[in-house]
Amino acid sequence: MNAVLQGMGYNGWILPVLLALPLLGAVTMAVQGIGARGQDTLVQMQQARRTALLFFVAEAVLSLGLWWSVDVSSLAWQGLVDLPWIPQWGIRFTVGLDGIALMLVLLTTLLMPLAVLGSWTSIRERTHSYYALLLVLTTGMLGVFMALDLVLFYVMWEVMLVPMYLIIGVWGGQRRLYASLKFFLYTMIGSLLMLVAIVWLGLLAGESTGAPTFSYDAILQMSRTTQVTGAFWLFGAFALAFAVKVPMWPFHTWLPDAHVEAPTAGSVILAAIMLKMGTFGFIRFAVPLFPEVAMHPTVRAVILALAVIGIVYGALVALVQPDVKKLVAYSSVSHLGFVMLGIFAMTVEALQGALMVTISHGISTGALFLLIGMLYERRHTRQLADFGGIAKVMPVFAVMLTIVALSSIGVPGTNGFVGEFLVLLGSFTTQPVHAVIAATSVIFAAAYLLWAVQRVIYNPLTKPENQALKGFDLNWREIGLLTPLLIGILWLGVYPKPVLQKTEAAAARLVRAVDVAVSNARRVGGQP
Amino acid sequence: MHTDLPPTGHPLADTVARFAWLIPVLPLLGFLANGFLSLRAAATPGPADPSAGGHHHGDHGAHDAAHDAAPHDHGHEDGHHAERHPAAGLVSLIGPGVLLAAFGLTLAVFLAMRGAREGMHAPFVMTLFQWMPTGSLSLDVAFQLDQLSMVMMLIITGIGTLIHLFSVGYMQDDPGYPRYFAYLNLFVFFMLILVMGASYPLMFVGWEGVGLCSYLLIGFWFSEQANADAGKKAFIVNRIGDFGMLVAMFLLFANLGTLSYEGVRAGAAELVFGGALVTAICLFLFLGATGKSAQIPLFVWLPDAMAGPTPVSALIHAATMVTAGVYMIARSATLFSLAPVAQLTVAVVGVLTAVFAATVGLKQWDIKKVLAYSTVSQLGYMFVGVGVGAYTAGVFHLMTHAFFKALLFLGSGSVIYAMHRAYHATHNHADAQDMRNMGGLTAFMPVTATLMWIATLAIAGIPPLSGFVSKDEILAAVFARTHHSTLAEATWLGIPGSVVLYGIYALGLAAALMTAVYMTRMMLYTFHGPNRTGEAERPHLAEAPWIMTGPLVVLGVLSAIGGFVNLPKLFGGGMAEILHHWLEPVVGEATLQVTLGETPHLSHATEYALIGTAVAIAVVGIALAWARCKPAALVPAAEAPAEVGLEKTLANKWYVDEAYDRAVVQPTLEVSRTVLWKGLDTGVIDGLFVNGSAYLMRGLGWVGSQLQTGRVGTYAWVLVLGAVAILSAFSFR
Repeated sequence: MNAVLQGMGYNGWILPVLLALPLLGAVTMAVQGIGARGQDTLVQMQQARRTALLFFVAEAVLSLGLWWSVDVSSLAWQGLVDLPWIPQWGIRFTVGLDGIALMLVLLTTLLMPLAVLGSWTSIRERTHSYYALLLVLTTGMLGVFMALDLVLFYVMWEVMLVPMYLIIGVWGGQRRLYASLKFFLYTMIGSLLMLVAIVWLGLLAGESTGAPTFSYDAILQMSRTTQVTGAFWLFGAFALAFAVKVPMWPFHTWLPDAHVEAPTAGSVILAAIMLKMGTFGFIRFAVPLFPEVAMHPTVRAVILALAVIGIVYGALVALVQPDVKKLVAYSSVSHLGFVMLGIFAMTVEALQGALMVTISHGISTGALFLLIGMLYERRHTRQLADFGGIAKVMPVFAVMLTIVALSSIGVPGTNGFVGEFLVLLGSFTTQPVHAVIAATSVIFAAAYLLWAVQRVIYNPLTKPENQALKGFDLNWREIGLLTPLLIGILWLGVYPKPVLQKTEAAAARLVRAVDVAVSNARRVGGQP
Repeated sequence: MHTDLPPTGHPLADTVARFAWLIPVLPLLGFLANGFLSLRAAATPGPADPSAGGHHHGDHGAHDAAHDAAPHDHGHEDGHHAERHPAAGLVSLIGPGVLLAAFGLTLAVFLAMRGAREGMHAPFVMTLFQWMPTGSLSLDVAFQLDQLSMVMMLIITGIGTLIHLFSVGYMQDDPGYPRYFAYLNLFVFFMLILVMGASYPLMFVGWEGVGLCSYLLIGFWFSEQANADAGKKAFIVNRIGDFGMLVAMFLLFANLGTLSYEGVRAGAAELVFGGALVTAICLFLFLGATGKSAQIPLFVWLPDAMAGPTPVSALIHAATMVTAGVYMIARSATLFSLAPVAQLTVAVVGVLTAVFAATVGLKQWDIKKVLAYSTVSQLGYMFVGVGVGAYTAGVFHLMTHAFFKALLFLGSGSVIYAMHRAYHATHNHADAQDMRNMGGLTAFMPVTATLMWIATLAIAGIPPLSGFVSKDEILAAVFARTHHSTLAEATWLGIPGSVVLYGIYALGLAAALMTAVYMTRMMLYTFHGPNRTGEAERPHLAEAPWIMTGPLVVLGVLSAIGGFVNLPKLFGGGMAEILHHWLEPVVGEATLQVTLGETPHLSHATEYALIGTAVAIAVVGIALAWARCKPAALVPAAEAPAEVGLEKTLANKWYVDEAYDRAVVQPTLEVSRTVLWKGLDTGVIDGLFVNGSAYLMRGLGWVGSQLQTGRVGTYAWVLVLGAVAILSAFSFR
């Protein structure tokens, strides 16, 4: 397989193509959509969704080659493309992958077609605009995972912010304006500080040569060889931007509102991919660029504490949510706390676990939001109290919901267990107290999810609106779009080794680099 | 360390044991097949546009659904309306078939192991594939065949086959027939993973998997909220225990660097005897056991679990799953023998549970509730056994209990089946499980009555029935450990170990007395005296079909003679202590550590005295019940007066559920809702955030106004084209 890909020069063009293809799709949809206003006709709707699906499937198929072509053990960036962009400011278009970015890119490209299928019948207005925004969003997300130039990274970070703002604000629910504005402001405030930090770093890195550079490698090199002035504040700026995105407690309150108001695909993408930008940011930028700050006992203690608070707090608050989307939103706060715990525990096992949670939360929570969306299309409510006994009338839906809920609970044999187990096992060696407190969430997770599942699909089928769902079980499209996610849930639960191997080298490198940096800092008696 | 032992070097390597991985795979295939049949029959994919219809067909749909959702009456769908499931024939073949095949293969592996036992110095570990290799963790999906897992596998597949067969009759009219067998097959798969896994994480896979199946089967008739509640409660309470298991695994990995049994067994040598670390590991493991095996303080889910179909209660909530904690401690014998304080804790909790549950069992009217509390109580005995380091005795009682308790549950199922059919025939809605509605059933179902009496005498401890032998062995072991053992020399909460052990022995006898009482009471009220079912119903009472009584007969034989597997030396002669010798390679060393390297020896006189005491207690208990419980004085449940005083407290199970609800569940929910969500989240964080940035919001308010004027499309296009322009700037030049 790899030989074929090499023959095509795959690694040389794939990353720019993956970034350009969705934009091409967006332009195509713009041309198609000229003249469409408000409520679309069926023909317009069909045209839009088919075109979008075509582009997303093409993107997914193209990206699959990365699984074979990326050499995860290599020290060099894979698929590297490095072109001058704005030379006078030292800004370059540099993209490349390591094993960690690879998995996140694949998660994105493989999930997006499912998000389109999940919007198939629920988006009926301005469909061309909607799908075009999804395509632009995809470029932004992929760009964030690929960027090796800090300005390019920042541009991509903002590129994905606006489409999501619009997706929530236009196609969202009742309180969409409030939710989208809250989402926008929270993220903006964080990322503006990050921009300042990026510019600062670029100027610092250019001091020796006279011209600023935003190259990730150059800045990483600088941080390893010199004492970066203001490292503490720089780390803080990055960390705040990422912490909002994760979201870490107490920066999480935009998430429940954004999730509740977003259309299904918006929630899926938010949870499955966009939150991971935050944790990815820590892994790629905040921690490796400023290891001695990140591992400073006080800083580390604060972040670990917030992570564990997020885990338990998110689970407890999820327990009492009457709206099922809010419940899943708070469960995300809890799950992402595991990722943060894994990152800052800084052992290979814990970091690998964090990456595993990153991927499996994408699959499970994505599937949960898709299922909730399917139910919403039929019942036009998300209040748990409105359901009950659905398993009687929608048995296939019930089976799928049960499996996905179990994976989110982290039952062994599903993907959810592998990630949480590795995070806890790996964290316990360096942070036993945190790990034990975090482990209590296995109880709460079972409580909030099983209680929710019970109120949706079990209990007596008494409400006439629910009885009327008979004959409206999941259709083939819905079954088809959930099936890959269910396969992912079981595959990663039973045989996670291939995925763990993809990220092992990068994770081990990071842990080693941080260890070296911390012991160096200690030796010179330096402090952050 | 034998984890890397090449399978070719092992005496089992060239035998049928190579195919042992098929034993769990068979029920897994059964699950897939039955699950497919269940879904295929139930599933009719909806229309392509799910939101298009629905409401137009509302009336029709509502009618159909309401019909389908007719509440189940103790497990049996309304016989007149429910037809046999279209796939029932195939399911009846696959469900029990895969179990029978698995049992056959298990027997073959057992025979191979018996043949190879002389040359078998290490467990036969077969690695299927690497599970989570990362960092310093190497975790395989590997099965471990040794004498202990063999015993468990025989029980699981053997009893499992019988219960699957019984279910063919018991569940025949249920519309969820394929779903039932799918769950039951899946349960057996996970139970086999639990006992065959070669590491703690793999045991945990089975551990949680059986919990999941238990959840699904307790809530099998999910349309009644009580059933769905009971399933959920079981899962969540079990998860409290699972938390303990997890922490124990973390401790093991952090300190020994391995999680495989053989690795831990080898690494245990580095642990300090009686040290804090090994004690903590064992206590956390035991927390896991209290969940799965329903011990104080986590026993509360098991009585509620009786909401599931009765064969499920027999298989999962009596014979197999609930004994997983006992298996786990026997499996961890090397660790427990290093931690006398943890061992004494296990034994004390076990005996307290045994006594506590027995008191509740004295006053239950629901026949299944009596058996449920009896199970909790008997599990307590098993923990006393493994707790005092008599691992064989604990496993032995696990086995005999599997025989007689499965028989009792299936027998009660047979009774409920008959009661239900009688009530059904006359459209009576009385409780088919309340013993006050039974009485005199011997005349109508003599086979069930006779077999259940055998099981009752066995559990009460009448020689030479199985329960007598195994219970006696546990009590004898406790007595023997009071002198010259690590336990006797240890101090538990400031109390000398030997004193604790005498206390355990005394309480064990008390529990035995109550066991004899409540079991005899149950039998008297169910099968003797006048019949209280009702004039109209009486002609409809009849013995269950052979597919149900057949498995009962087999279990009856096993309950009667099962004790011969491990007769005490006193009586056994050449046949004595077979199980003891069989398990020696696994737990022998750990047992000797507890007894300070010597085989515990009681003088014949002491041993006779102990046996005499035990038998006397059983006889007194039966006589007491016979004297006190007058079936003739009972009235049907509907006319019965309310209980008062202590009786009421016992009937209400000491109000433990209510206490937990008030002390734990409600406060958690209230704090989460009022303090965390409404207070912190919406109040402090959002409040401060919103107030603090209100100014900013106003500044950016134009964004909102743009949205509202409907020019969003324009804005979106500006954005899209802008992004395209910027990002393509470089690529097109």
